[in-house]
Amino acid sequence: MNLIVFTILAMLAATAVTVARIRDLWAAIMFTGIYSFLSASWMLILDAPDVAFTEAAVGAGISTVLMLSTLVLIGPSDAGRRKPALVPLTVVAITGCALVYGTLDMPHFGDPNDPIHLHPRPSFVEKSQVDMHGLPNVITAVLASYRGYDTLGETTVVLTAGIAVLLILRKEKDEPEREAAAQ
Amino acid sequence: MIAFPIIRVVTKLLIPYILLFGFYVQFHGDFGPGGGFQAGVILAAALILYGLVFGLQAVQRVVPAWAVEKMMAMGVLIYAGTGITTILLGGKFLDYEVLDHHLLPGILPHGQHLGIFVVELGVGITVTAVMTMIFYTFAGRKHVL
Repeated sequence: MNLIVFTILAMLAATAVTVARIRDLWAAIMFTGIYSFLSASWMLILDAPDVAFTEAAVGAGISTVLMLSTLVLIGPSDAGRRKPALVPLTVVAITGCALVYGTLDMPHFGDPNDPIHLHPRPSFVEKSQVDMHGLPNVITAVLASYRGYDTLGETTVVLTAGIAVLLILRKEKDEPEREAAAQ
Repeated sequence: MIAFPIIRVVTKLLIPYILLFGFYVQFHGDFGPGGGFQAGVILAAALILYGLVFGLQAVQRVVPAWAVEKMMAMGVLIYAGTGITTILLGGKFLDYEVLDHHLLPGILPHGQHLGIFVVELGVGITVTAVMTMIFYTFAGRKHVL
């Protein structure tokens, strides 16, 4: 088990570094797809199959396609500069160190005395069978019933995002005529 | 894409199973892992795969853009409408318990169960539609595919 975990995490890190270093945008998009698949496997190991579904479908599938269609629109060349950028490197290094320092205070993975394992999760797990008339999936019960407002808000966020993309990107019907008039 | 018969045939073989899996994740979400969001993205991925291989026109013959636009809002309407229904039946907003005694008792499942099912359906419809619509708008900018 540990061998699989460490292999996946090492491959995740290697893929992330490759994505950052590679200059060919098409290859970089393919590597982000690989990264998503690896994260999906990692989430499956953490017993979160629904998150793994989403990661595989959104991260590896849909967002890869969207990035490829963007690539077709903007062209495959990357005008990135080659000279070393010291200031950004320092900023990233400091932020990274701060983040790692922040994780030192976090409870250990799977620790039964974690705050999330003491409150309020146990009450959800214990009560959901009675509250939901025997609905076995606690996650669905939490998402759709205990936290129903929350999920309504999330769905609205998805709708808003879709409307925003439509407003920004949709081609107007009279756009070719307008371009012709501008010329 | 006419030059890649293997991709076309494999896609045609796979899409029914992807759709079936999407619907399974949607309607079995109360019992197993899954739910509206997951099912929505899986269904949208099937549509996008079809669009990638057979072209934007082909997928828009199956699900036209105007229908996807309506579905985007319809999912949220179904979700919020469930809440309004529970208010009209005398409960609080999204209080599924009141559905138990009013909507075909004995035929439909318990209130909580029914409410979660309908609400997840709304989430699924919105997510499918939004993902598909984002793909349509990206792919429709130029004749990309």
